[in-house]
Amino acid sequence: MSTVVKEKDKQRSDVILQYLRPRKAMPTVWCAGCGNGIVMSAIIRAVDNLGLSKDNVVMASGIGCSSRMPIYLDFNALHTTHGRALAFATGVKFARPELKVIVVTGDGDALAIGGNHFIHACRRNIDITTVLINNNIYGMTGGQGSPTTPAHAFSTTTPFGNAEKQFDPCGLAQAAGASFVGRGTVYHTPQLEKLIMQAIEHRGFSLVEVISNCHTYFGRLNKQGDAVTMINDFKDRAVPLAKAQKMTPEELKGKYVIGLLHKEEKTEFCDVYDDTVKHLTGGKQA
Amino acid sequence: MAKKERVLIMGNHACVLGAIYAGMRFYAGYPITPSTEVAEGCARELPKIGGRFIQMEDEIGSIAAAIGASISGVKSMTATSGPGYSLMVENIGYAYMTETPVVIINVQRGGPSTGLPTKVSQSDTMQAQWGPHGDNTAIAVAPSTIYETFTETVRAFNLAERFRSPVTILLDEVIGHSRQVVTLPDPGELEIFNRTKPTCPPEEFEAFAMTENLVSPMPAFGDGYRYVCTGLTHDTRGFTTNRPDEIAPKLHKLRHKIVDYKEEIVKLRDEYMDDAEIAFVSYGSVARAALQATSIARKAGAKVGAVQLFTIWPFPDEQIRQLCSRCRKVVVGELNMGQIIHEVRRVLPPDIEVHGLQRFDGEILTPMQLVEKLEEVI
Ligand SMILES: Cc1ncc(C[n+]2csc(CCOP(=O)(O)OP(=O)(O)O)c2C)c(N)n1
Ligand code: SF4
Repeated sequence: MSTVVKEKDKQRSDVILQYLRPRKAMPTVWCAGCGNGIVMSAIIRAVDNLGLSKDNVVMASGIGCSSRMPIYLDFNALHTTHGRALAFATGVKFARPELKVIVVTGDGDALAIGGNHFIHACRRNIDITTVLINNNIYGMTGGQGSPTTPAHAFSTTTPFGNAEKQFDPCGLAQAAGASFVGRGTVYHTPQLEKLIMQAIEHRGFSLVEVISNCHTYFGRLNKQGDAVTMINDFKDRAVPLAKAQKMTPEELKGKYVIGLLHKEEKTEFCDVYDDTVKHLTGGKQA
Repeated sequence: MAKKERVLIMGNHACVLGAIYAGMRFYAGYPITPSTEVAEGCARELPKIGGRFIQMEDEIGSIAAAIGASISGVKSMTATSGPGYSLMVENIGYAYMTETPVVIINVQRGGPSTGLPTKVSQSDTMQAQWGPHGDNTAIAVAPSTIYETFTETVRAFNLAERFRSPVTILLDEVIGHSRQVVTLPDPGELEIFNRTKPTCPPEEFEAFAMTENLVSPMPAFGDGYRYVCTGLTHDTRGFTTNRPDEIAPKLHKLRHKIVDYKEEIVKLRDEYMDDAEIAFVSYGSVARAALQATSIARKAGAKVGAVQLFTIWPFPDEQIRQLCSRCRKVVVGELNMGQIIHEVRRVLPPDIEVHGLQRFDGEILTPMQLVEKLEEVI
């Protein structure tokens, strides 16, 4: 039994190794136990399971701990400016629609400085997959409040408790027009992997929000313990969509509804534009 | 040979036609007076030739999308005006750092802030060099007629591709919005430069290699050369670095790939300079007035000449020094409180007097005003 488990573990880590950038000195900048690593392996497995060519994948990001990911992975890597990954990615995808574009972003990156690009990428329904790693705080700059910091929670810029309200990235994306919206956590890794796979396969804008841990700042400042304690806490607080639908708002307080939350068939931006081009050029060029 | 067609177009439309002539197939922008007709022209023309136009949510997104498209291998541009250019500068800095060709048209308006949307100005001249934070070396060009707007746009794309650098085209409202009848060059008449692509096997590829001329071959995303494109200071492979022995060479490369090849970038026009004792130095719409003022002065017997700057950045130090070497006095006319005059002063020997004629009330400098200034300084 244990040798079988070991063999399986080895296979899984071999897959990861195939996707790390050759000639790149490890380690990453991430703290030991940070959820970013778990999300990275889920993305790798999703891409691997889909059999995508590395040459065809563009991974774009903004600035933040989470946004360092493209530097480590052997895809076409576009590490841009804070909050702007989706705007850069829109240029890539629209210029070269045959490329698979995955954006990795943090809650601050996507929803604060990048909020405008986020809602408009959703609205256009451009075929980009966005993995939003939500750790409820700014990690890279040392633990300041973010648009997903819960009310009353502590951060270095909310030393007396957060007076602001939280964004719900999934609700925001759906309202803005995204045609695929899902949520996972760094505890539920097989589900997360599957969700990311589905998101990449989906034609249109897809958002996968991942509840993740920044134990270094959020955990410490809010007395939520170390990485393992925080990740276990996600297990206790996650509720699958089907179950959540039978629960009252009262019962759902402080919980994370996980799974595929919204999916619809909708025309995609590049496709619509290409139709116009075909019409104008008599089908010669697209 | 068939007689060439003559067309009546405005400056902003000449940008669109020049860009398409140069191979531009991707435009991302956000409307702002007085640049909007560039966006409108691209929206109309690009899909007809298989190109792509997108109106982004703001100027930050516009320049970002244009850079993303260029990294994907498509020549791209954006157009804006003062406040929009201010919003773009962080990402223009990103294009410098990642060595991405992209063309930015700034049809200048008066500032600061939203300033004068429909009035002429040349007050973004310094910003085109010093907009982004950090020690970048900029390329900026400035046409003065509708025909030149076409040819300078083509040249801007060639420079962007040749030097792997953002290039700003500084128009002013008078050039952007006035119309002239022009005969445009035929396809093939003007040279078109395309970025050099790598030919080595992907395993040997170094995205920011120190080549002989300091410009590295640039693959498109999807070509099979996977590399890291980051705004963080990086080594020749694109990996982020904090090592002094890698930081300095990178910054050296960014600067010297441009300043060491300045002769390829600098372009000036000089009229009556052979025996000129007094010279006008100007650019954009003022250069046109200066040419006229020069011929008026010549007819009156004064030894006056004119130097027109097509290349603003890098500043043509040597060339101006040479052209003006026999002059006693130089008059710099500008539609701002004096930006290029400081550069002219810097490059000329102290025995040449440099006088400025500056207008910053939203109106043009007329030939007669320049003539009057001559009479005053003579
Ligand atoms: C224009 C600009 N403003 C501010 C910063 C500083 N900055 C870097 S990362 C960051 C926040 C990152 O937080 P988040 O997106 O939540 O990512 P995390 O580090 O938590 O993964 C900020 C404010 C910057 N790089 N650029
Ligand atoms: S600071 Fe927080 S988000 Fe950043 S690597 Fe450490 S644990 Fe992760």
